[in-house]
Amino acid sequence: MTPEEIQQSLAAKFGDAVGPLQPANKDPWVEVKPAALREVCAHLKADPQLHFDCLMNLSALDWPKQNQIHVVYHLFSYAKKHAFILKVKLDRASPTVASLEPVWKSADWLEREQFDLLGVTFEGHPDLRRIMLPDDWVGNPLRKDYAEQPHYHQISTTRESPLDGFIRLDEMKKRAASAATATATGAETPAAEKKELPQ
Amino acid sequence: MTEPRRAPENPTMEMTSNKEILRRIEYTGDMLLNMGPQHPSTHGVINFLVQTDGEVMKRAIPEVGYLHRSIEKIGEKCTYNGFMPYTDRVDYIAAMFANQGWAMAVERLLGVEVPKRAEYCRVIACELNRISSHLISVGTMAMDVGAVTPFPYALREREFINDLLEELCGARLTYNYLRIGGVAFDLPEGYADKVITFVDHFEKILVEFNRLITNNEIFVQRLAGLAPIPREMAIDYCLVGPNLRASGVHFDVRKDLPYSIYPELQFEVPVGRGEMGALGDAWDRFSVRCEEMKQSCRILRQCIAQIPKGESMAKVPRKIKFTEGLEAYSRIESARGDMQYYVVAGGGENAYRVKVRTGSFTAMGIIDTLSRGLMIADLVALIASLDVVAPEIDR
Repeated sequence: MTPEEIQQSLAAKFGDAVGPLQPANKDPWVEVKPAALREVCAHLKADPQLHFDCLMNLSALDWPKQNQIHVVYHLFSYAKKHAFILKVKLDRASPTVASLEPVWKSADWLEREQFDLLGVTFEGHPDLRRIMLPDDWVGNPLRKDYAEQPHYHQISTTRESPLDGFIRLDEMKKRAASAATATATGAETPAAEKKELPQ
Repeated sequence: MTEPRRAPENPTMEMTSNKEILRRIEYTGDMLLNMGPQHPSTHGVINFLVQTDGEVMKRAIPEVGYLHRSIEKIGEKCTYNGFMPYTDRVDYIAAMFANQGWAMAVERLLGVEVPKRAEYCRVIACELNRISSHLISVGTMAMDVGAVTPFPYALREREFINDLLEELCGARLTYNYLRIGGVAFDLPEGYADKVITFVDHFEKILVEFNRLITNNEIFVQRLAGLAPIPREMAIDYCLVGPNLRASGVHFDVRKDLPYSIYPELQFEVPVGRGEMGALGDAWDRFSVRCEEMKQSCRILRQCIAQIPKGESMAKVPRKIKFTEGLEAYSRIESARGDMQYYVVAGGGENAYRVKVRTGSFTAMGIIDTLSRGLMIADLVALIASLDVVAPEIDR
């Protein structure tokens, strides 16, 4: 089935909960209301015409300008060899959406990853905990306003640039030459410049 | 100096932390083993919390993230071309595929057509890489179940491929060979002959290798019927590539959603048939990889025979920019299966979001379920048969 046909079949069944087909660059997607997501997905899997047996990819995007977090579901059907994309738009302050783990088992780890990196809560997930980062990590790194903590368990998360305090070689030679001419003419070398020259 | 440790933002996290799992297990009186993170047969830095009562496991909980380098975040920070070397680090055993996935995703955004010769160069490099990746996989798998001899045999052949790829792009592991719109270097002089010489030699070795290990009675007895994954379960957990095909699903991105020049090439998609034990058992996963190497040799021969003359790089703007929110998706058949890049363009020269979906990540998700009731020694064989690579899980 083409994405248009899939969208029509969904819109006929769920009405307003499923938005129109949005033409992105190449892959069209539809927006689904968060409340109806699990029903729509269960239908997508169970319907013999649609038969989406696999959730391939789950990603979340942070849009601070619109104060939204988008969760993108890439579905694929091995039986029918067609693909479809769903998007859910959530409030950025408390992004919560129903878990799809009861529908597709692959959602288990994929949801845990997005929970970890973007802080999206998937309601009804059996084991929602961080997967990449330690349990006591603060913040969600893929949020656009994420600021890393300066320390983690008293280990610094930043390090000084090893190039600090170094001077370029040609710059050093130039200064040495000017210092030599200055001493030859008997003039005082500026104190600050003397200090910067490494011995 | 140090900041006080703050409580996690989400209270559910604390409840199901590993400490909590540990506490629950201690209460039931079972033994808890930490297998990893530095264990030679976990194929990288992965930890398994094994709950066991004697030799039979009740559960093995995979703990990943030790190699998390936030490659997706790096993708948001550097330019489209600048991200290419980082994609090598997504999967360093089969880096060429990670390159190709990224290149194809950005090419879809750009709408640029890659010259024919460049596509052939890509496929030659990728298929060589597929053989070398599968050699590591089958070699280490044999070693993990106790057969040490096949491993140096596999690595010896892999060295020839490393030499070939080094001649092509200067690197033996992290290639950075592909560019957006083509490849970095055309094939060097006399390269076709070298590839054909290798393929001639390797096809004989493959027969020998199958005689040595694949059809070896002891090896078959060890793996037949071990941890079978039924067809529906494999799809439900989103297993991809050789793991999926071993479960009897006839699906290969190269055949079913063809990209690059694969429609012009003749090859077969080997699937598991459950010859030795159950369908989708560890032996099926092993033999599918051996069969795939044979098919890769076939593809290489055709590529060398058909490669046209021409440019190896399309005309691509020096600064790649898109309007914000433009998105593209690419799927390729990596050595570890269906590798997918989801790219959303930012306003400037950087991507807004890069999501890499890799085969190893979803394959790890199935281990918890499969491990229930297995012997501890079989867990090693299970991990090896799924061919997981730690950096690809964690990214």
